[in-house]
Amino acid sequence: MPEDIFQRIKSQIEEAKIVLYMKGTPAMPQCGFSQAIISALGDVGKPYVAYNVLDDPSLREGIKQYSNWPTIPQLYVDGEFVGGCDIVMGMLESGELAKLLADK
Amino acid sequence: MSAVEVIEPGEVERRIREAIPDCEVSAVNLHDSADHFEVTVVAEAFNGCSIVEQHRMVYAALGDAMRAAIHALVVKTLTPEQYRRGLLSEIE
Repeated sequence: MPEDIFQRIKSQIEEAKIVLYMKGTPAMPQCGFSQAIISALGDVGKPYVAYNVLDDPSLREGIKQYSNWPTIPQLYVDGEFVGGCDIVMGMLESGELAKLLADK
Repeated sequence: MSAVEVIEPGEVERRIREAIPDCEVSAVNLHDSADHFEVTVVAEAFNGCSIVEQHRMVYAALGDAMRAAIHALVVKTLTPEQYRRGLLSEIE
């Protein structure tokens, strides 16, 4: 995997507190899991940056390798991988998501 | 290209059982779709692991199936204790 995609991802996850890699956009998610995670983030209401991997094949592949995680969507908070849709939905239900994002 | 093209729930379960010792696993297709799955894994091995680590163990078990045969996967991981507590809370 070319060095620059990892560098690009590293800058992306460092530039904003909450970063989401998804299929589609927050206004128009292109898959059910991405839609669910957008909805969860909407419930918590903190600002986030979203990257559409469908627009960028090297990002789509690169983020999976960077995170060592084979699926999209992927949520990063403070530069750390938090999880995909299942994990984030679980955290929403348990209240952990609100707690994690409380001061972001 | 040798990635698995189609996979049955039974094979999904088999791969996970092989990779994660002493686990209980159930895999089903979702939405009547051959490449959408939900898998639930209960394993002692999950104790002490973060949920990200638990899910990574499941993905690792599925290996190359994640690239082609599995388009969408819902993963639920539980320790035996969490599973028991879940059952008890259903009764209460």
